[in-house]
Amino acid sequence: MIIQALAFYLFAATAVASGVMVISARNPVHSVLFLILAFFNSAGLFVLIGAEFLAMILVVVYVGAVAVLFLFVVMMLDINFTELREGFLQYLPIGALIGIILAAELILVFGSWVVSPEATQILTAPTLPAGGVTNTHALGQLIYTDYIYLFQSAGLVLLVAMIGAIVLTLRHRPDVRRQKISDQVERRREDVIEIRDITTGSGV
Amino acid sequence: MVDFWWNYAWPTLWIVIQILFLVVPLLIVVAYLTYAERKVIGLMQLRMGPNVVGPFGLLQPFADALKLMTKELIIPTGANRVVFLMAPMLTFILAMVGWAVIPVSEGWVLSNINVGVLYLFAISSLGVYGIIMAGWASNSKYPFLGALRSAAQMVSYEVSIGFVIITVLLAVGSLNLSDIVLAQKNVWFFIPLFPMFIVFVISALAETNRAPFDLPEAEAELVTGYNVEYSAMAFALFFLGEYANMVLMSGMTVILFLGGWLPPFDIAILNWVPGLVWFALKVSAMLFVFLWVRATLPRYRYDQLMRLGWKVFLPLSLGWVVLTAGAIVVFGWYPGIVN
Repeated sequence: MIIQALAFYLFAATAVASGVMVISARNPVHSVLFLILAFFNSAGLFVLIGAEFLAMILVVVYVGAVAVLFLFVVMMLDINFTELREGFLQYLPIGALIGIILAAELILVFGSWVVSPEATQILTAPTLPAGGVTNTHALGQLIYTDYIYLFQSAGLVLLVAMIGAIVLTLRHRPDVRRQKISDQVERRREDVIEIRDITTGSGV
Repeated sequence: MVDFWWNYAWPTLWIVIQILFLVVPLLIVVAYLTYAERKVIGLMQLRMGPNVVGPFGLLQPFADALKLMTKELIIPTGANRVVFLMAPMLTFILAMVGWAVIPVSEGWVLSNINVGVLYLFAISSLGVYGIIMAGWASNSKYPFLGALRSAAQMVSYEVSIGFVIITVLLAVGSLNLSDIVLAQKNVWFFIPLFPMFIVFVISALAETNRAPFDLPEAEAELVTGYNVEYSAMAFALFFLGEYANMVLMSGMTVILFLGGWLPPFDIAILNWVPGLVWFALKVSAMLFVFLWVRATLPRYRYDQLMRLGWKVFLPLSLGWVVLTAGAIVVFGWYPGIVN
């Protein structure tokens, strides 16, 4: 138990500290690297509460894919970041407002648990009885069996958003020469090479 | 005091001993893999390979290690020091921590976790950070180009690796690596899932940045790419990390498709051979394939690499997921359902 508590404080403290570093680091690449550290520590926290599937998915999706693209973009950007930071304070009210709303919502949720302890019972009711099933199995049961239609429609919404983004940014440029793989594969030696006997001293 | 020893100190010590028993042989394997590569490719090209240091050149890896350790570590002036030094360490550490969940024989595994495959997938998807950090921190053209190529390449091939893993999972019904091996008691998965086996092996080549997909270090145009600015031990860590990753990916292939520690046929005489020996033999065979491919094939062009990843492997593996799932539902071959 002591070791678990120690691990919790280690992960939690590192997560919060790296979260602070994300917004305070001068170099944007460092910010992204700290963001990755924060993701990693959150995954550690997930493992501690026994949600190992979520922990691994967090690392695979956020650290392995999303953060790589972040890093990619931030490295390629050629922006003077000290100039960008000049207007930092001007966004402070909006940031503070979002923070306050989030805090209020969290207080509402946790407050309701304190006021009526049976609320957690209702929350955990849809999952399979604890023990005997791994949480991967329990999640699969919930997402792909009990709530399959809701899950699939959420997926459709994402698909539509993705196709929308592609449609908005795709431009067909006629002036670009494109590679046609099928033409290249179909190309035969007989079509393009001709062997001729040339007498010495004359042209083709 | 006695309480403290039995409750905390001894378990910690025991874990450390187990880790050493895994990591030390692994490092020796990695060292001799570099030797094997030079020897195998040498023989394939009708050369001798290393043959001067020790009998048959067997002490060559140690000579190389000594040389690299005694050299000077140069940090370029424009480099970002912390990130520059962190990158090789990260590459090497990530190649090592994957082994925490690999079962080398029945019950011989450091940590037999429920989500073993996902853990391996997560760790192998992190490998890109070592390279991308090295490329950026070097603050130099060629390393940066190498890092960008490598990031795009590794992210692309991860997608099809993910789908291949899902096919195997559908056939097993568990994310635990030991369960995956035991599910292959009757038939190794490379027979029913043969196309996925091929996709996985090729993606493993791309994921470890090995020939014919070694574009991140393409010496002809990028003068070895992301590790140009590295010297001495920092360079050696990249090198060892790459080879350790090869061993890890071979181990993954063996567990997912080649029956892990199981003997090829379930007969007594083969069962007497310890599982570790079978596992080591299969991993060696896979590593030989890695070296063989390098000696045989020329490097891919970059656009062909991307086309292969996104337009060939992705639809193929996705289609095979659907096919496998369909076959399981139609024929009722639900594996190990616990309802």
